[in-house]
Amino acid sequence: MIGLAFFLFLIAIAITTLVIDLATGNEFYRNNVINQDLFGRLQGPSKEHLFGQDEFGRDMLLRMIWAVRYSLFMGSAAVIIGMVCGGVLGAMSGYYGKTVDAVIMRAMDILLAIPSMLLATAIVAALGTSLFNVLLAIAISYIPSFARTVRAAVLTVKDQEFIEAARAIGCHDGEIIFKYIIPNAMAPIIVQATMGLAGAILSIAGLSFLGLGIQPPTPEWGAMLSNARQYIRDAWHVTVIPGLGIMLTILALNLMGDGLRDALDPRLKD
Amino acid sequence: MHKYILKRLLMLIPVILGVTFIVFFILNLSPGDPAAMILGEQATAEAIEMKREELGLNDPILVRYFNYMKDLLHGDMGVSYRNSISVWEQVTDRFPNTVVLAIAGILVALLIGLPLGILSAKKQNTIIDNISMVLSLIGVSMPNFWFGLLVVMLFALKLGWLPSQGMGEGFVPLLLSLILPALTLGTGSAGSIARMTRSSMLEVIRQDYISTARAKGVDERTVTFQHMLRNALIPIITSVGLQFGSLLGGAMLTETVFSWPGLGRLMVENIKSKDIPMVLGCVVFLATMFTIVNLVVDLIYAFVDPRIKSLYKKGR
Repeated sequence: MIGLAFFLFLIAIAITTLVIDLATGNEFYRNNVINQDLFGRLQGPSKEHLFGQDEFGRDMLLRMIWAVRYSLFMGSAAVIIGMVCGGVLGAMSGYYGKTVDAVIMRAMDILLAIPSMLLATAIVAALGTSLFNVLLAIAISYIPSFARTVRAAVLTVKDQEFIEAARAIGCHDGEIIFKYIIPNAMAPIIVQATMGLAGAILSIAGLSFLGLGIQPPTPEWGAMLSNARQYIRDAWHVTVIPGLGIMLTILALNLMGDGLRDALDPRLKD
Repeated sequence: MHKYILKRLLMLIPVILGVTFIVFFILNLSPGDPAAMILGEQATAEAIEMKREELGLNDPILVRYFNYMKDLLHGDMGVSYRNSISVWEQVTDRFPNTVVLAIAGILVALLIGLPLGILSAKKQNTIIDNISMVLSLIGVSMPNFWFGLLVVMLFALKLGWLPSQGMGEGFVPLLLSLILPALTLGTGSAGSIARMTRSSMLEVIRQDYISTARAKGVDERTVTFQHMLRNALIPIITSVGLQFGSLLGGAMLTETVFSWPGLGRLMVENIKSKDIPMVLGCVVFLATMFTIVNLVVDLIYAFVDPRIKSLYKKGR
C-alpha cells in the first residue's frame, strides 16, 4: 500500500509539473529549474532551498520535482513498448507452437544472452543519445523477458475448455488470443510490468549517469548524479539527494510489485 | 555427462553467432562514415572512398559480418579508429580486470545474501526476518552507482581508509582497491539473492524429511546446511547466474564510478568517441562471457542435484 501511495504521489507530481509548464509556457521551468544562480553554488539545505542548491546554484528541490516526469513517463513508455512487442511475440509463440514457437523463442534466447544494460548501451551507442533512442533501447531490451512471461502464461491457459468453446463457436485466432487468452493471463504480465518499470527507471538513470541518456541541463536524477560526482568532496547533498529520489521510487515500485504478485497470484506467496 | 557438456558447448556456437550478429548489425546502423572519421576533416572524397574500399565498408552487411567473424576466429577484431591499436589487444588487456571485479562482486553478494536469506527463513516472521527483508529490498532498490558514490564519500574521503579510484598494483593494494567496487557491485545482487534464498528455503523448511532429520537427532547446523540448503540450492544458483549478467551490466557503472580499468569503462569511453570496432569488441567479449556463465550455471545444477545428473547419465 505504501508503495502504491508513493507511486500515485509521483504521478501526481509529474502531472502537476506538466500542467505548470503548459500554463506558464515553460517560463517557470526556465526561470527556476534551468536558470543558474552562481552566487548560490553548492549551498547546503536552507530555509529558502530545502534541498540546497546544485553546482550552478539551481534549487535542488525543484530540479528533483521536475525530474520525476522523465523517469516516470520514459520508463512507462519503454515498458509499454516492450510489453506490447514482447507480448505479441510471446502470445504467437505460445498459441501457435511448433515452428513459430521455435523460431521466436530461439531469437529471444539470443537477445536474452546479452545483459539488458549492455544491449541498451550498444543501441544508444549506435543511434546516438536522444530521449527517443534511450526509450527505444530500453524497450528492446525488455522484449525477450515479456515474450517469455506471456508465452508461459498463454501455455497455461490455452488448453482450457473455455478456449475450446470459443473456437467451437467460430472465433478466429486473433479474437481468441486477445479476448480470451490475454485477459486470463494478465496477472503475471502486470507483475512483470511493475518490476520492469523499476528496472527501466534504473536503466534510464544509469545511462544518463554514463552521459548516454538524458543530457544536461534537463533535470534527470541520473544526470544530476553524474554532475554531482565532481563535487563529491565539497557538497554531500548534491550526491545524496538525487540517489535517494531514485531509490525511493524503485523501492515503491518493488513493494507494489510484491503486493500485486501476492494479490494476483497467491500461488507464488510464501 | 561429457556428452552433455560437449552438446552444450556446441550449442554455444549459434548463440554467440546470434549475439555478435545482433550487436554488429545494431552498431552498423550508427550514422557517420568511419573512413571519414579516421582520415579527419581535411580528407578528400577520393581518399575517403579509397579508405572505405580498404576497410571493406562498401560490401553488403552480411559479407562484412562474415569477414568480421572470420577475423575474430583468428583473434583479430580490427583496429581502433582512434589510435589504430589492435582492438583484440586492448580488450584482452582490460578483460581480466573486469573478471576480477565481477567475481569479487558475486562473492560479496553471496557472503551477504546467503546468510541473510537463511537467517530470515529460519526466523520467519520475527523481527530479524523483517529487518533483513527490508534491508535486502533496499539493496535491490538502490542504484549501485549511487551506492558507490556514497561509500566513496564515507570510506575514502571522510575516513580515508580505502582508495577511491583506480586499481592497485601488487596483491595488498589490489585487494584494498577492490573492496569498495566489489561492495558496490555486490550489494544489489546480495539483496535479490537473500530474497531468493529465503523463499527457496521456506519451500523446503516444512518438508517431512526435515522433521525426520530432527527426529533422528541430527544437530541443527547439519539440518540447516545439509538438509535444507542443499535442497533449496537450485533456484538460488539460477538467481546467482542471472545476477552475474546484471553484474556485467552494472560493472560499466561501477567501473566508471571507481575509474576501474575494466571492459565496461573502456566501452563507455569508446562510445563517447564513436569508436565502433572497440565498442563491438567489448560487447562481444562481455556477452560471450555472460553466455559461458549461463552454461556453467547449468552444469553446476548437475553437481548440486543428483537427480539432474542421473538424467544426463541416461544420455538424455
